[in-house]
Amino acid sequence: MIQLRPIYVICMREFIKFFREKSRLLGTLARPVLWLFVVGNGMGSLIRPRAGFSYLQFIFPGMIGMTILFSSIFSSISIVWDREFGFMKEMLVAPISRLSIVIGKTLSGTLISVAQAVIILVFIPVLGIHLTIMQFFEVVAVSVLVSFCITSLGILIAARLTSFDGFNIIMNFLVMPMLFLSGAMYPVTSMPPALRHLTLINPLTYGIDALKHILLRNGTPPLGPEFPLLLDLFIVAVISVVMLTFAALSFRKKE
Amino acid sequence: MSIITVNNLTKKFKSLTAVDGISFAVNKGEVFGFLGPNGAGKTTTISILCTLLSPSSGGAEIAGFDCAKNPDQVRTSIGLIFQDTTLDVGLTAYENLKFHAYLYNLDRRLAEKRIDEMLAVVELQTRKHDLVKNFSGGMKRRLEIARGLLHYPRVLFLDEPTIGLDPQTRNTIWDFINTLRNKEKISVFMTTHYLEEAENCGRIAIIDHGRIIALDTPAKLKQMVHGDVIHVITADNQRAIAEIQKTFGLAAREENGGLVLETEKGDEFIPRLLHSLTMQTLSVSLKKPTLNDVFLKLTGRTIRDDVVADSKEVTREFVRSHRRAQR
Repeated sequence: MIQLRPIYVICMREFIKFFREKSRLLGTLARPVLWLFVVGNGMGSLIRPRAGFSYLQFIFPGMIGMTILFSSIFSSISIVWDREFGFMKEMLVAPISRLSIVIGKTLSGTLISVAQAVIILVFIPVLGIHLTIMQFFEVVAVSVLVSFCITSLGILIAARLTSFDGFNIIMNFLVMPMLFLSGAMYPVTSMPPALRHLTLINPLTYGIDALKHILLRNGTPPLGPEFPLLLDLFIVAVISVVMLTFAALSFRKKE
Repeated sequence: MSIITVNNLTKKFKSLTAVDGISFAVNKGEVFGFLGPNGAGKTTTISILCTLLSPSSGGAEIAGFDCAKNPDQVRTSIGLIFQDTTLDVGLTAYENLKFHAYLYNLDRRLAEKRIDEMLAVVELQTRKHDLVKNFSGGMKRRLEIARGLLHYPRVLFLDEPTIGLDPQTRNTIWDFINTLRNKEKISVFMTTHYLEEAENCGRIAIIDHGRIIALDTPAKLKQMVHGDVIHVITADNQRAIAEIQKTFGLAAREENGGLVLETEKGDEFIPRLLHSLTMQTLSVSLKKPTLNDVFLKLTGRTIRDDVVADSKEVTREFVRSHRRAQR
């Protein structure tokens, strides 16, 4: 049912294309730079540092979360791209299971997102956050989990999306709301109740909160983690499994 | 010994019956053609055969494997070249082929060997590490053929294989397919609405509205249309008409400074004609009916109603309909 060689080569293809397209790499760096140093500094002048953390430091875990969100959605939406340009057919008529295609796409999407999240860590010295080797690996581990979760969600959407026209709808009605309702830029607990409920069903909220546990150690709400770390990890893991199961199921139908 | 067996295959999409109870068999090593206008059910049939669609009823077997029950074995036995390109243009020729080799579970050493072998066959060795983005239409098609053959399939499916290619590339591709067929005992199943191309087939099924309306060799199909057209110019056309009427009981008519007569097996008739005519003959030409004439005869429509034909075909078409109108 699961074939390793095809999964390997589906991943390889995504990596080759990721590193070949310099604009995508550049975009990875440009977006967080914009948010961190333009929005972060602008908003930061309004918000007093608390418990030893500035606003700029507060949004950094959110920026890692944002990078993972965009990268994972983009990677999985490439399925729609493949379908539009015919390459999906090459995979669908090969003697491999649909599950192998889903796993290959999920794995490559996850790994590319983690790679991008790690690239973002170059800003750490500029922000005045101290990171031990241990913390670095913790960030990587949480990134893997969050990337996996969002990529699975993306693949679930891509399996249902019949053309690329739907991409803008996904960006405006799913990706941007997920970013703004995730605690990336403002604490969840201080939101109005209606918005807070939406935040609580967003897996990215818990992913970013877990990153805050690692990067903003000793921070307290509002500029710090707001949920217990184990709860964060548990919720992201559960949502991942649910998403991937549905993604695999919706992909299994004959196109 | 047949490699593909199709038995009473039907595919319905809601109220539309795309394929309506067709049956046929393709022999090992044969080039089998599916000829018909757009929307006749060609692509639906191919999709069922390559396990992308499941039939509503009836079934198909390839190399002894049921297309619905053993899709993986069927997939390993077939190579596909689609109508639209399915290459990743962001990858190099080598990367596209390697991707394919790994999907079909060839080990690394065998994959490398086959990639070089197939690139040599389609004469793209020098472009091995170039991005497919920079390839011409013909090069892309050749690369797709190389890819379709990489896992040594037993049946090669070609869906409109040479659409949009120049005649030279088209001939190269056909030479190559024929060589391969002789060497590897590979069978070819192709769809086309390109009549010249259909003539490369051993047998042709003509499909219309989801049904097979004729199935035979191109030569036999063309015999269904009575009469090759012979055009003769003689020193005395009037006397020739009289002599032909007397000797063969055929009515010839004068046209374009010569005379025209229609008969079956024109190539066998010409020597007899020349032998019997008492005056000098200046020129003789023979026009064989095309598959388009066959299609016209069977359906009352030409096969190309819905496609932009090349100019030669348009002219021929025009002349033909013009003649019909005159009669």
